[in-house]
Amino acid sequence: MIKYILRRILLVIPVMLGVSFLVFTMIHFTPGDPVITILGETASQESIDQLREELGLNDPFLVQYFNYVRNIVVDQDMGRSYVTNRPVANEIITKFPNTLRLALLGVLVSVSIGVPLGILSAVKQYTWIDNVAMFFALIGVSMPIFWQGILLILLFSVVLGVLPSSGFNTVQQMILPALTLGTGSAAIVARMTRSSMLEVYRQDYIRTARSKGLREFMVVTRHALRNTLIPVVTIIGLQFGFLLGGAIVTETIFSIPGVGRLMVDAIRQRDMLVVQGGVLFIAFTFSIVNLGVDVLYGFIDPKIRAQYK
Amino acid sequence: MSVYTEKRQSLWLDTWRRLRKNKAAVVGLIILVILVIVAIFADVIAPFDYTTQNLNAVLQKPNSTHWFGTDNFGRDIFSRVVYGSRISLRIGFIAVGIALIVGGSMGAIAGYFGGWFDTIVMRLVDIMLAVPTILLAISIVSVLGPGITNLMIAVGVSNVPTYARVVRASVLSIKETQYIEAARAMGSRDMTIIFKHVIPNTLAPVIVQSTIGVAGAILSAAGLGFIGLGIQPPNPEWGSMLNAGRHFIRDHPHLTTYPGLAIMVTILSLNLLGDGLRDVLDPKLQD
Repeated sequence: MIKYILRRILLVIPVMLGVSFLVFTMIHFTPGDPVITILGETASQESIDQLREELGLNDPFLVQYFNYVRNIVVDQDMGRSYVTNRPVANEIITKFPNTLRLALLGVLVSVSIGVPLGILSAVKQYTWIDNVAMFFALIGVSMPIFWQGILLILLFSVVLGVLPSSGFNTVQQMILPALTLGTGSAAIVARMTRSSMLEVYRQDYIRTARSKGLREFMVVTRHALRNTLIPVVTIIGLQFGFLLGGAIVTETIFSIPGVGRLMVDAIRQRDMLVVQGGVLFIAFTFSIVNLGVDVLYGFIDPKIRAQYK
Repeated sequence: MSVYTEKRQSLWLDTWRRLRKNKAAVVGLIILVILVIVAIFADVIAPFDYTTQNLNAVLQKPNSTHWFGTDNFGRDIFSRVVYGSRISLRIGFIAVGIALIVGGSMGAIAGYFGGWFDTIVMRLVDIMLAVPTILLAISIVSVLGPGITNLMIAVGVSNVPTYARVVRASVLSIKETQYIEAARAMGSRDMTIIFKHVIPNTLAPVIVQSTIGVAGAILSAAGLGFIGLGIQPPNPEWGSMLNAGRHFIRDHPHLTTYPGLAIMVTILSLNLLGDGLRDVLDPKLQD
């Protein structure tokens, strides 16, 4: 098991180096001069040249990339924002808890609605319960989260006046963003859980469990659910990436100061170091989550555990 | 040759026959066809030009002249939603086309030849998949700048890894089959085998993925429009219309209702069709 986990951890390193190279290359060749962004159009040639030298922008491309990665790894330094001059890493770290909290709440909503709905649908296949559940799942999958957010604000903040439409400090403020972000993903999880459960339901061991007289509840919880979980965990892991992306939009709707909003603002101001840092940071988080999901497989699926004994 | 053509025709006919029996998929297909017709004939259907402002008729509720009401510039929302279908469908289909051509060829060649090219492609896919799709699209747009072509490229490229994976997996299972071996034994060149025999046989999963992919691409483009990084005003893109309308949510919710509904109906139709096609074309993936 430890061998398996170590192997997975080692795989994260080349992927992250690849992501950093990809993002660095893209941003490096973006039109526009960062020095002009910092100093403004009216700066003298002398100060432009001086700053260019200070920032290392005269170095060859690969040297710049190497320095960028070295600074991140050694000093946790992602450079300074062109606009605010504050360290990019600090900006991200202070905003990240909000994004992470939002994404985790999204996962919570997604799992606590999606998994039971999927199980219910599968157990009651082809009944009205299944049809209604899958109809809502289809609507949920098809509804853009930004429109859903607006509708939730309209209903709960404007018409009923029970929940706030912005901010992210109190529990009340977190409900609408979490619902906005999580329900679309809940629909996907419900569909996945249903089909995975149906697959398991056809297996012989379920028939055996039933024929030895177990109650249906026990058959579902003891025998079917555990075997349903592997594809469901996979999809939840993948959904986390979707939720991190969706958090960018959700943060915009509810004015939440998270990494997503930071990046959107940075793009508007051409503050490319912040954009670069934000993308890297979110990709890193996503990779860590995927690593966690893979490790979780080891615990859920004895077959994987056995491979690495 | 005639036997071959007949067989291929019957495959598509058979698919159509089975798809017809799936009511949900047929509903999806009908809605999609209507949307395409609306997009093509937008200038005939829309009663007003999408940029025409009427400052004497701002923020009107839906009425007999303005079916969906007017926005804060007095522009007819119905006309803007109708024209918006052009933009969204175009972005959806072209972005998926880009993803399919680039990702599909990469996946096909990687899967067929294996070796170092496969390793490079799959590592690149891993790297791209480490960044959430919408974030990748945002990064590409931030580099290229806004505009419809750049948006198509951004959304298309961000979906490349998905298609590379789907096609590669499909090619891997096909290349060991006997008809490929037979083609090779008859002396066909690799590229002929890939384009004539392998790719046509990977079509089933690709069509399913593409149908659902168009929905995803439209959603991504609308999401970018919503956060202000996609199509810029006054172009009537549904996502940017929602963004502009949300500031009037308290008193004029109709500004956001109709563009939102338009996106949802479009995505719903593609999902219904995609699900139906999956059931028909790829029995392994069925529930």
